[in-house]
Amino acid sequence: MNTDTQTDRTPIVSVRDLRVTFTGGKKPVKAVNGVDLSVARGETVALIGESGSGKSVTLRSLLRLHPARRTRIEGRIDVAGVDVLAMNNRTLADYRGRIASMIFQEPLLALDPVYTVGAQIVESIRRHERISPADARKRALELFERVRIPSPERRLDAYPHEMSGGMRQRAMIALALACRPQVLLADEPTTALDATVQIQILLLLRELQRELGLGIIFVTHDMGAAVEVADRFAVMYAGRIVEEGPTREVIRNPRHPYTLALMQARADGAMEKGARLASIPGAPPDLANLPAGCAFAERCTFVQPACLQTQPDAVELGGSHRARCLRTDATAHVMTRAATHAPRPLTETA
Amino acid sequence: MSTGISIEHIGAPAGSDRGGPAQPLLTVNKLVKHFDLKKSFVETLVGGGKVVRAVDGVDFKIMKGETLGVVGESGCGKSTTARLLMHLIDPSAGEIVFNGETVGSPQLSLREYRRQVQMVFQDSYSSLNPRLTIQDSIAFGPQVHGVPKQEAVTRARSLLSRVGLEPRRFAGRYPHELSGGQRQRVNIARALACEPRLVILDEAVSALDKSVEAQVLNLLMDLKEEFGLTYLFISHDLHVVRYISDRVMVMYLGKVAETGPAEALFQEPHHPYTRALLSSMPSMDPDHRTEQAALAGDPPNPIDPPSGCRFHTRCPLAEAVCSQRVPILENRNQRETACLIHEPGSGHSLAGTAIHAS
Amino acid sequence: MNMTSTVAGIAPVPAAAEPVERSPGFWSGVVRKLMRDPVALGAGAVLLTLILMAIFAHQLVPSDPYATSMLKRLKPIGFEGFPLGSDELGRDMLSRLMLGTRLSLFMGITPVLIAFVIGSGVGILPGYAGGLVNTLIMRTIDILYAFPSVLLAIALSGALGAGIGNALLSLTIVFIPQIARVAESVTTQVRGRDYVEAARASGASPFTIVRVHVLGNVLGPIFVFATSLIAVSMILASGLSFLGLGVRPPEPEWGLMLNTLRTAIYTQPWVAALPGVMIFITSISFNLLSDSLRSAMDVKS
Repeated sequence: MNTDTQTDRTPIVSVRDLRVTFTGGKKPVKAVNGVDLSVARGETVALIGESGSGKSVTLRSLLRLHPARRTRIEGRIDVAGVDVLAMNNRTLADYRGRIASMIFQEPLLALDPVYTVGAQIVESIRRHERISPADARKRALELFERVRIPSPERRLDAYPHEMSGGMRQRAMIALALACRPQVLLADEPTTALDATVQIQILLLLRELQRELGLGIIFVTHDMGAAVEVADRFAVMYAGRIVEEGPTREVIRNPRHPYTLALMQARADGAMEKGARLASIPGAPPDLANLPAGCAFAERCTFVQPACLQTQPDAVELGGSHRARCLRTDATAHVMTRAATHAPRPLTETA
Repeated sequence: MSTGISIEHIGAPAGSDRGGPAQPLLTVNKLVKHFDLKKSFVETLVGGGKVVRAVDGVDFKIMKGETLGVVGESGCGKSTTARLLMHLIDPSAGEIVFNGETVGSPQLSLREYRRQVQMVFQDSYSSLNPRLTIQDSIAFGPQVHGVPKQEAVTRARSLLSRVGLEPRRFAGRYPHELSGGQRQRVNIARALACEPRLVILDEAVSALDKSVEAQVLNLLMDLKEEFGLTYLFISHDLHVVRYISDRVMVMYLGKVAETGPAEALFQEPHHPYTRALLSSMPSMDPDHRTEQAALAGDPPNPIDPPSGCRFHTRCPLAEAVCSQRVPILENRNQRETACLIHEPGSGHSLAGTAIHAS
Repeated sequence: MNMTSTVAGIAPVPAAAEPVERSPGFWSGVVRKLMRDPVALGAGAVLLTLILMAIFAHQLVPSDPYATSMLKRLKPIGFEGFPLGSDELGRDMLSRLMLGTRLSLFMGITPVLIAFVIGSGVGILPGYAGGLVNTLIMRTIDILYAFPSVLLAIALSGALGAGIGNALLSLTIVFIPQIARVAESVTTQVRGRDYVEAARASGASPFTIVRVHVLGNVLGPIFVFATSLIAVSMILASGLSFLGLGVRPPEPEWGLMLNTLRTAIYTQPWVAALPGVMIFITSISFNLLSDSLRSAMDVKS
């Protein structure tokens, strides 16, 4: 198929066949089952999925935040040319924050309540670099200006609880950028915010990506937020990336039945008032008990017997758009053809 | 189709309908709730101290059988309003008239009012008692109102099957054995068990995944029709509110900014705040992304709300008069707007001219 | 009653008199989790042994725990006829330790049980009522709580006079504020949950809400806290006996035995340490069991 335009740029993040299994409980839970993902410098990839899809688990694996004793991680993760899974504790501590850093959904839990925000940024800079406290503070001030916190000088001496929600999120982004990382991992950073504040943060992330050349992985369940920031979409279901491609392609012409159904289940997709929303029947599969075939098969309107047998491979659809589905022929142009009607199961063979 | 739920009325007169369909089911007059901030000892003596003006003079009506959507940022008072309507907290001032009777009057006791108004909370887990089976949780409300245990349990099971949970499999389970979507179905069944007329849905679908959210929204629409319910639907998700509501009320810092029929309001917002709120919705179009945020900064604190029009500190059309004069909620063609621009002779330079400014 | 369900895939079901799949209740789940926890099983086995020993002490003791012998004083462990040596009056240590289980467990468990009942009531009331009631009751409890528990127990026992009954009473008084505080804070948490709000919103009376929605959710955590106090109670009771304020000789009780044997610490250190070992084993078993109980009761895990 098409040559991938991303491959000639060396990716800053490269994940190959990542598998994450939690072994703490009664049965091992397979949270991530073979994820391949690469992110170029200056690119934002949105990792989209519902709860339990493995999107956050994938993101946390990139910083190795899972408890080592109860987690089995297989595959390969390279960030900025370094093998993350091979790191020892010291190199890991050096890597976190300096090469890749993370922002969370709830800054109030991620920021330390007993130190001022400024002190936390200064501490983070000085942990990674030999720099005087005065210089570190100067840089913290620059960062606050960078993330557009009004009256930054005064806000540096504020405690997290003294700031409003949007301000805290900005402060956390400043903290994440303190050591000039190349990769920013964002775990639902705007989910807890009001719409008017969410759009401000999304615009800020876009600006930072452009100006600092950051590679950003943006984990969210909100398609709308993702469209605002992402160059590429990667849709996850039951621990796999089921569809991946440029934002425009995935939004306009989703080819995996799950992506398709997600688009149609949106309340803003319902043209007629009072019309029933196209909902996805059933519930996501039990990660401790995954089916042999496609994990989405039992909820899928396009399902065929073959879907229950094998794990579908990624089908190249052109322009680095690919989907793990046996029925990509049937899903072509469903969105453009009939935006309001739920797809009917087709019976012809592939 | 009979579902086994008889619409019988426990307290005889209160269930009867008054005034026909034109009479609002619920009328809220000048509702106020101020919370005292923790006072110091001296302040307690002197009587000072700051108050949070969570709800500061709110008027609205809910018509019979309609869905009124409520939107606004955090701190706008939408959840406090819901809790005031449920009488979970006492209002500082104002009155609530339900079906023509003032709540708490001899004609409509608080207890009887509470049977007719029920609520579904956002957090599906913490709104169910973890030590009760879901059948017992649903049957609790009717039992409080004197329904015998056996009958309450029967009603609980038929409601369970009505919300899509097979009673035989689910009735004996505990909340932690269900998924979020299933738990929210249980909460809906619980709210319906007392045969209410008004159901307050406070961010009831916000914590659910999109695909599950669609299922629950469909269910809510069906139940509304089947049981003749009236909804007050509070959400921060404007898409969902637009989809489900007949009318929408926009709140800002404890006051009503604008109300109107959902489609009209979404297509042609009158209040500058509504306009800003709507343009903050992500575009869903990769070729026309949002370039400029409609509003800067966070919503101000309801402890010391701005003088005059509360929105003037963030409003792109604010003039000097906006910080001095409090706008009144003007009613014009089913639309109500609290903005000096829409108040003829208010002193704002656009007043009277910009009624249909887009 | 026709129940034709509109929900796809669900056969019409008659609603009434239908056998319902019962989930195993909360407590059977807790028991199941405890059964899988080796620490809980170990601690439970130790405590069960001790309790059985306490019940059947008179049948089990190898020799008379009260029989003194001036000739066979302070014999070492393994001395003929004295598997665990003998004390300062030549009495058999093994028999005395076994019989001592009775009083020691009694002194450990009883005050905590009484305090659990009273303290829960004293704590749940202000926890649910809040406001002025809360302030009044909790500040009073704080005054009691401000005394170090050891000093308070000694002072109360001293004032009431020596004897088992007074020791029990003073220990109970020491534990009530501690349990009440935990009860209050757990109740305050539960009161804020949405299901209590929902119950209020449905018009239930405070009494019904406490009975149906609060008690079931607070007694468990309070009970866990109370079990962890049993070890403290045993140690305090031993301390009182040691000071001569609790059990009086010649009754065997571990604390008292520790006291009377302290003079022998240089001649027979191992024998002198034995009552302490028993106190240690028992209290650590109670602590481990209450820890396991705590994690087994965590529904979400």
